[in-house]
Amino acid sequence: MSTPLRIVREKLNITQTELANLMGTTQATVSRMEAGQWEPNASQVQAVLVKSNSLGVDLTVDDFVLPDTMPSAANGAPAATGDLHFDHEHLLGIQDLSPNEISFLLDLSDTYAERNRTADRKLSLLAGKTVINLFFEESTRTRTSFELAGKRLGADVINIAVASSSIKKGETVIDTAVTLNAMHADALVVRHPHAGAVQLLSEKVNCAVINGGDGSHEHPTQALLDALTIRRRKGHLQGLLVALCGDVAHSRVARSNIYLLQTMGARVRVIAPPTLIPSGMERLGVEVFHDMRAGLADCDIVMMLRLQRERMEGSFVPSVHEYFHFYGLDYEKLSHAKPDALIMHPGPMNRGVEIDSAVADDIDRSVIHEQVEMGVAVRMACLDVLTRTDKSNRNGGTAP
Amino acid sequence: MTARVAYTNARVIDPASGLDNAPSDTGGLLSDGEFIQAIGPEIFSDGIPESAVQVDCRGTILAPGLVDIRADLCEPGAEHKEDLESGSRAAAAGGVTTVVALPNTDPVIDEVSVLEFIARRAREVKLIKVFAHATVTRGGNSDELVEMGLLKHAGAVTFTDGRRTIVNAKVLSRALKYAQAYDGVIMQHPEEPVLAQGGVMQTGELSTRLGLPGIPAEAEIIMLQRDLKLVEMTGGRYHASHISTAASVRAIADAKAAGLNVTCDTAPPYFALNELAVGEYRTFAKLSPPLRREDDRQAIVAGLADGTIDCIASDHAPQDQDSKRLPFEQAEFGAVGLETLLQLTLELRHNGHLNLPDALACITYRPADILGLPVGRLTVGGPADLVVFDPERPARIEPDRFVSKSKNSPFDGRLVQGQVLRTVVDGRTIFSAAA
Repeated sequence: MSTPLRIVREKLNITQTELANLMGTTQATVSRMEAGQWEPNASQVQAVLVKSNSLGVDLTVDDFVLPDTMPSAANGAPAATGDLHFDHEHLLGIQDLSPNEISFLLDLSDTYAERNRTADRKLSLLAGKTVINLFFEESTRTRTSFELAGKRLGADVINIAVASSSIKKGETVIDTAVTLNAMHADALVVRHPHAGAVQLLSEKVNCAVINGGDGSHEHPTQALLDALTIRRRKGHLQGLLVALCGDVAHSRVARSNIYLLQTMGARVRVIAPPTLIPSGMERLGVEVFHDMRAGLADCDIVMMLRLQRERMEGSFVPSVHEYFHFYGLDYEKLSHAKPDALIMHPGPMNRGVEIDSAVADDIDRSVIHEQVEMGVAVRMACLDVLTRTDKSNRNGGTAP
Repeated sequence: MTARVAYTNARVIDPASGLDNAPSDTGGLLSDGEFIQAIGPEIFSDGIPESAVQVDCRGTILAPGLVDIRADLCEPGAEHKEDLESGSRAAAAGGVTTVVALPNTDPVIDEVSVLEFIARRAREVKLIKVFAHATVTRGGNSDELVEMGLLKHAGAVTFTDGRRTIVNAKVLSRALKYAQAYDGVIMQHPEEPVLAQGGVMQTGELSTRLGLPGIPAEAEIIMLQRDLKLVEMTGGRYHASHISTAASVRAIADAKAAGLNVTCDTAPPYFALNELAVGEYRTFAKLSPPLRREDDRQAIVAGLADGTIDCIASDHAPQDQDSKRLPFEQAEFGAVGLETLLQLTLELRHNGHLNLPDALACITYRPADILGLPVGRLTVGGPADLVVFDPERPARIEPDRFVSKSKNSPFDGRLVQGQVLRTVVDGRTIFSAAA
């Protein structure tokens, strides 16, 4: 039987080895793909499409997918081209994910990112489904990003903001969960000021729960969007040297990024004053620096973290003035990183506290706006995958 | 009136006197009414007295009823979590015949009237023997001393601010001095409150991974060291509650070697669990002091084995569902412990750290002696407060079957060995396990 990839290769009139080189893999892998055992991932498909363009052969993404594995194509979803399972009911943290699952989500996000740049970005994949954004903590960008993601997929999106002041006792977490559960939402996006609260809530509902950030614990979609941004710029994650700078102690972004980057083969450094490095940090497998210049040396990525003054009990740094002097990212400190190092920030930025405005706005180095753009794509991918009712449908194609 | 009861076929152990008689038909223990009439291997060699009811212990163990010097009975003020009756029944099910209640009630036990209320309720319930600590400071949170003398005369066992640390060094030193006039012990929850502020579990890799604020182990030793200096200064009588770190064990050992009048206890979670029990935000494992690292746990075990730690208390802290089914940071601290005190203490024996009499000593006469209570031992003419238990019988800890109103045990599902078969207070059987 001729599988899609074999037909593609025949159209291109090249050998398995040539195709393998094109896709950055081995002939054996191509052989297995042609036998229908594996499927090429998004970046591999992209590479072949680029080649086909230059050869003047007319190919599209759909040519790489078996017709019967495109259930979502009819209602306009991009073809998921990963060959991997995503067998989780919820997305609570990066710690729960395998490298394959992360790759799968990134590949799918990639296709959504491309689609979002076209005029044809409104889909009906989640038509009739309800997504509830339940935010127990102030948020503009994450909530908007999830809202947009849900709406782009055709879902009905409802935002519920529970002011932090009214959850003194916290019963509302379970009470609210039970109430919302009775309304038959299909996905809940939850942000909460306390670590573990989203997991607790997920145990009380029947729908998919996405952690939109819980205390200082995890913020998985932020780490995914950061990884997607890096992968699109650098082509890969493996082997990169990434510096996380600033308020690591209070940062869920830092934790999720550390887990994700290490899982995908990147090396991670954290750079912060000792009071902002949490206990046992080295045990997470990162290198700890207290000096920006030493820490940034040879880094491919400089990821700045927001100084979370609202989470600080007592005084962690003597003053913003002193903090910026030693840990604020300016051109001088940045010069110690690799010349092509990218600057990232999860936002919102404290300009003049952890990052100099000129650096933040440097269009050659800063990918901060791209992070925001990728955020929507990543959240579309997560909502898409987690609301697929048929679990076997959660792998983009055939099982490995 | 309770008749005479002959307990036969029991291995009779009295840790206080070193008595350890093998089970036999001819020996055992005879109680008459509220008191023990005879103990010995041959007391029934002429047969069981005709008027006596026989209790065949079938080769299991007969020991003094257990003494627990730290338990929240929650009455008055938090009867939805526990009250004197449910707490007494829970104690009875755990083989505990004497409980000294902590004063962190609402209102706190800082006046004679509250103490008398507890005594009256205990008489009404009439199950176990209930004593109470009084606070050291008025309200349990001030810098003003309670009427120690009057409270002591009204029956307050000793003085502690319970789950709150006496932070003010001047207040503590005055209390340590003043209490000497009335043979009062000052019992402290040693934790430096500012260092521990906001923390919910042991500081370390796990707290970092979980994103939870930590309490460093140093919070305990800092306060303990300060307290020991004040004990040295005042010559007072001091007891450190639920110590949980290796450093505390060393400090207590040093203080004892230096001749200070110091004792301490720990609680089962600190020798049977470590911080990993928190796992994925298990609020039942949220304790104060927090569960520590494995090397601390091992040091606590070693401290019990070498006698540095004098005794074990249940640290019974009932919490209802609404207080525990919350995000970890918002949940209350504490675990119930009355019904598992014996089973978990027996682990020390099953794991080879202590022999059976020494393990029992930690929960019978030693805590009683620290507080000067006339219980915890088998003496002819003394109260017939007894526990009959099978130290080998396998069991699973099932909080749903607890008698206590609250089910918050971090030992949920744990497999243990040991089963209380009968609990006797003043000659009355107040608990008897279904055969």
